[in-house]
Amino acid sequence: MRWIWIDRFIEFVPGRRAVAIKNISLAEEHVHDHWPAYPMHPASLMIEGMAQTAGILVGQARDFKEKVILAKITRAEFDGVALPGDQLTFQATVENLAAEAASTSGVVLKNGEPFGRVDLMFSHIDQNMAGMKFPEENFVFTGQFERLVAPLLEQDDG
Amino acid sequence: MPMSQEEVFEKVRETLVEALGVDDDEVTAEATLTGDLGAESIDFLDIVFRLEKAFNIKIPRGELFPDNILNNPEFVQDGKLTDAGLSELKQRMPHADFSDFEQDPDINKMAELFKVQTIINYVMTKVNG
Repeated sequence: MRWIWIDRFIEFVPGRRAVAIKNISLAEEHVHDHWPAYPMHPASLMIEGMAQTAGILVGQARDFKEKVILAKITRAEFDGVALPGDQLTFQATVENLAAEAASTSGVVLKNGEPFGRVDLMFSHIDQNMAGMKFPEENFVFTGQFERLVAPLLEQDDG
Repeated sequence: MPMSQEEVFEKVRETLVEALGVDDDEVTAEATLTGDLGAESIDFLDIVFRLEKAFNIKIPRGELFPDNILNNPEFVQDGKLTDAGLSELKQRMPHADFSDFEQDPDINKMAELFKVQTIINYVMTKVNG
């Protein structure tokens, strides 16, 4: 199984804004246990969806050279639940991008209507102030996330 | 027009309420960021980002919350700041009140220098020149 909680980017403005969608399906195993009588997409995975949308946006801004790690969920609010058949839209905006970290704000739509707000902070962990060392290999951007955004970047190039 | 201490305090309070998810009344001038308000390392950066926006100022890295003090052996010995370390920190943090800390410059107590008032003092120098 791949740990990807967005299906497709529909908008990508490097360094500024990204929009991704996620279609929730009853065929996805995770909703079967959450919950058997009332399957729904967990809020934690909606936060993950925003973290992936915003994290790829932050990563691409540094050409995927930094290891971008979710460091803080500043705000996560949802107005209801997301069920199989619903489409989620994650709209992420870069608020700050510095050498050592970035902050993003985000709006989640459900079937096109505002439904949640998720603000996040990401750390560029090689630039951490404690001077801790991490493996050289970029274990965050291993290819699967870059491939998601590649079609939109190519489109822009053309 | 120069900002008053009260105006700065009000905006700093809003900033900390948003960054740390604390209640308005928890943000007193004497509250410490880590001890009283529960700030962790990433929160310090969040606070810097938000202050920059709220006050339209630029905060160079290490200016409000100094770095590279504790990892310098010249500045730390046996878990305490040396005289050199203390004077370096004082020089880099003219916005902090050292009266308690300098009695016993235990590095575990260094966080107590980071009070809400410390931020207010710093922002005052930035916005009022």
